[in-house]
Amino acid sequence: MTKNVISPQQVADTLTQKFGDGISKLTIKEWAEGSKKTKTYSIWVYLDRSLLKDAIRHIASLDFPHLSVISGVDCGDHIDLLYQMSIFFGMKNSEIKLALVVPVPKDDLTIPTISDIIPGAAYGEREKQEMLGVEVVNIPDGRRLFLPADFPEGVYPWRKDESGITPDMVKELYKVGRPTDRPVPVVKPKEKKKPVKKETPAKEKTPAGENVVPEPVAEEKPEVKNDE
Amino acid sequence: MSEDGKKKASYNVPIGPIHPALKEPCLFNFKMNGEVVEEADFAPGQAHRAIEWMGMRRNPVQIVHLTDRICGICGVSHTLTFARCVEQIAEIEVPERGHYVRTIIAEYERIQSHLLWAGVAAHELGFDTLFHLCWRIREESMDVIEYLTGNRVNYAIIQVGGVRRDFTEDQFPRIEKSLKYYEDLVGKMLKLFLEDKTISLRSKDCGVLSYDDALQLCCVGPTTRASGVNMDVRQDAPYAAYGDIDVTAVLPDVYGGGINGDVYDRIVVRLFEVVQSVGIIRQCLDQMPVGEVLWEKKYPKILAACKKAVGEASASVEAPRGECFHYVRMNGKPEPEAWKVKASTYSNQLAWLKMVTGEQLADLPIIVASIDPCMSCTDRVAVVRNGKRDVLTKEELHRLSVEKTRRLMQ
Repeated sequence: MTKNVISPQQVADTLTQKFGDGISKLTIKEWAEGSKKTKTYSIWVYLDRSLLKDAIRHIASLDFPHLSVISGVDCGDHIDLLYQMSIFFGMKNSEIKLALVVPVPKDDLTIPTISDIIPGAAYGEREKQEMLGVEVVNIPDGRRLFLPADFPEGVYPWRKDESGITPDMVKELYKVGRPTDRPVPVVKPKEKKKPVKKETPAKEKTPAGENVVPEPVAEEKPEVKNDE
Repeated sequence: MSEDGKKKASYNVPIGPIHPALKEPCLFNFKMNGEVVEEADFAPGQAHRAIEWMGMRRNPVQIVHLTDRICGICGVSHTLTFARCVEQIAEIEVPERGHYVRTIIAEYERIQSHLLWAGVAAHELGFDTLFHLCWRIREESMDVIEYLTGNRVNYAIIQVGGVRRDFTEDQFPRIEKSLKYYEDLVGKMLKLFLEDKTISLRSKDCGVLSYDDALQLCCVGPTTRASGVNMDVRQDAPYAAYGDIDVTAVLPDVYGGGINGDVYDRIVVRLFEVVQSVGIIRQCLDQMPVGEVLWEKKYPKILAACKKAVGEASASVEAPRGECFHYVRMNGKPEPEAWKVKASTYSNQLAWLKMVTGEQLADLPIIVASIDPCMSCTDRVAVVRNGKRDVLTKEELHRLSVEKTRRLMQ
């Protein structure tokens, strides 16, 4: 099982060649870690929405991609959907990370499904529908994924506008306090420490002895006094 | 009854949200035909805690410790992935020794996680002696982690720019002792798991996931490797000290049985990864450079660097269960503009549907457990649990599983 591995620059070239004007920005990032500074590469492609499926098909023709996750960011007037995948895995240091960033305007929040090309994407698409309110056209399974059944409709937790989580939905646990319909805990409030504190000044009251007697003995002295 | 096939009613068996195999909640719904699963469905999200939402209201130095709490078992994987994202955005270079400390802790975490899983798998099959043995052995790695980081779980060792504590010279003999301990035990563990008749009977050809399904459903980690997909972040895109070290993905054919993608293969992969982890720690100790472990000792300076950072980055780390992926976007504010966490189980859950179809109800606990699911990792948003549901409790299912083992042994 050998893969036809090409360099990140070549991958970027094939993308620009094929999609040209549809790509608004393309960057290749490089990062190195370890003593040997082993380099890893990631390609970030800002792509027009209409080209998404073609781009995924093109990538799949190079090597069937592993889709890590679909991320989403609310950028105000549009939502960025990031299809983050990797190709050419399976050999030492050969992997290239690819992020297809697709801006979706808020007045038309739709995106075609890619689960016909990558079946595993259905999971992430369900999550994007419920978390960002992006409608995934032709999604094979449109149910909610993580949100509970009684979560209000039209509220999208990742949105930063008025349809996001409102302050009244947030439970500040530290403000909640103890429930009133339960018995009070039997633990007594900690008052025992106070008399101990009163003793400590008593220790300090015998500074004269400190010069002569070592500390542990000095601690014993007040106890003896109490016993008496 | 079987004659008039049309009238044979299939029925639904809901399992959960209290988890059938593990201690974590997930709701399953199986459409059964007699003893055989016809269709399966599941609803995750029963353990949501809104961690991403909380993160977007905190600064990176705080989030690092929040990521520790995403998962109790793969704590270091999430912190490491998040730290790597922020380091890329703020262009912070981790000192070489910091990379090695990260790698060693990550490998100890893999050992303890895989052994914990091996114990759970044995328990699901009704082999409780082996379960206790596995967890006893696991304690050694937990002890070393506690010795090195100060904590058994939530290690709090990783910081943006490196690690918070260095290993001291007098700690190395203890590490060496633990490596020796595992090297001595390897043969015994492999024999107990892989040559045992009960385990073979229950796990071979059970819960099969084909190569194509594993690839197309984007599975990760031991689950996908057991199906023959050669994918391991440590090998494919080396991070921390893995670039300096010899790491290759463990496929089930290391044991000579070929690649079948069944539960047995998942056991093989995980056990041999424990062996591999011991080797990796050895290599790290041999090559470990001297020097600083943190980019900047003063945390306010780290924070200041993060606050100035503008940009986006993603990072992935091979957690015990597979690829752990984070995406962070910063825009010159203390708190990130976006933070997405993808835990390994997120990618593996869809594979359940393929694995359980056509299997028996009594096999479900071990199949569900075989991807080593970690619900707390995967579910991270706010939650209210409602109403009563008819459920098969974990105990009932476990009893079914044990009974099947007994039947097979007769």
